[in-house]
Amino acid sequence: MSDMQFIITAVMLALATMATRYLPFMVFKDNKLPGIIVYLGKLLPSAMMGLLVIYSFKDFDFGSLSGALPPLTAGLAAALLHLWKRNTMLSIAVSTAVYMLLIRI
Amino acid sequence: MYDMKSVKAAFPYTLPVLAGYMFLGTAFGLLMSTKGYPLWYPLLMSVIIYAGALQFASVPLLAQSFDPAGAFIFALMINARHLFYGISMLSKYRDAGPFRYPLAHTLTDETFSVLSAADVPEGIDPTRFYLAVSLLDHSYWIAGTIIGAAAGQLLPFDLRGLDFSLTALFIVLFVEQIKGKNGLAGGTAGALMSLIALLLFGSERMVIWSMLLILIVLLAGRRLMDHE
Repeated sequence: MSDMQFIITAVMLALATMATRYLPFMVFKDNKLPGIIVYLGKLLPSAMMGLLVIYSFKDFDFGSLSGALPPLTAGLAAALLHLWKRNTMLSIAVSTAVYMLLIRI
Repeated sequence: MYDMKSVKAAFPYTLPVLAGYMFLGTAFGLLMSTKGYPLWYPLLMSVIIYAGALQFASVPLLAQSFDPAGAFIFALMINARHLFYGISMLSKYRDAGPFRYPLAHTLTDETFSVLSAADVPEGIDPTRFYLAVSLLDHSYWIAGTIIGAAAGQLLPFDLRGLDFSLTALFIVLFVEQIKGKNGLAGGTAGALMSLIALLLFGSERMVIWSMLLILIVLLAGRRLMDHE
């Protein structure tokens, strides 16, 4: 796409993001939140992260061993390392390095 | 708008985000650079969008045909979770007045994680504190992007697979969520429903179907809890 098309796309992405961020503050001006919103507010953040994990794995080729092994190994490394050390940067750096190594073997 | 006192107080709280965003921002800038995009492309995105997951996820989109409406809906679906971050911060931002909008604008996963857990230090105005944290975080993201995009032109080595850092980030945040209150139930529901949606509806439409299934499961779960 052209530069102008890119700018428009970026602006669209920005506007949609702004909508998701501003909306609660515009709709719920005072502190009276319906019970259902409070309930969802507690459970949705973790549910959405679950969604994003699956989303980020969706395009790997799980049909072959060479396609499936790097992401699964690196993904497992990220999860286990993080459960162990709870260090965000460490978990991301090490697992990404593992992945980059495995796709070159 | 914010003073040195609140910035100094906020800075220690942002150290994990400094590291994370410098790393990921650089990864994003580098990724865009390796795809052949000029510096101002990722820079613009990091300034106006400021959403890591979405920025990474939209990279393939940029190579496809121009579809502004599709991009808008895509971003809404990916970032729908921010609706719930906003809801969680409503009480903290209640006294922010007009500053609630820049605060809302910069509410990313990481900023939300830091602010929802942080206790404002004594003697510091809460709003200025939240603002300082939020703006510091945004500056780290922009700085990382510039470094990645600029250095990308200079680095000769092969950086294939660097975008796995996004997947890694999601896994890390997922683990963090699971360990929190209500996290195991929500996280399991989310991951399971998304997997089902992916298997049933395919890669293209899984996000919107996942959200639907998640909503159904969570609402059904509440009904069950009410009947106890």
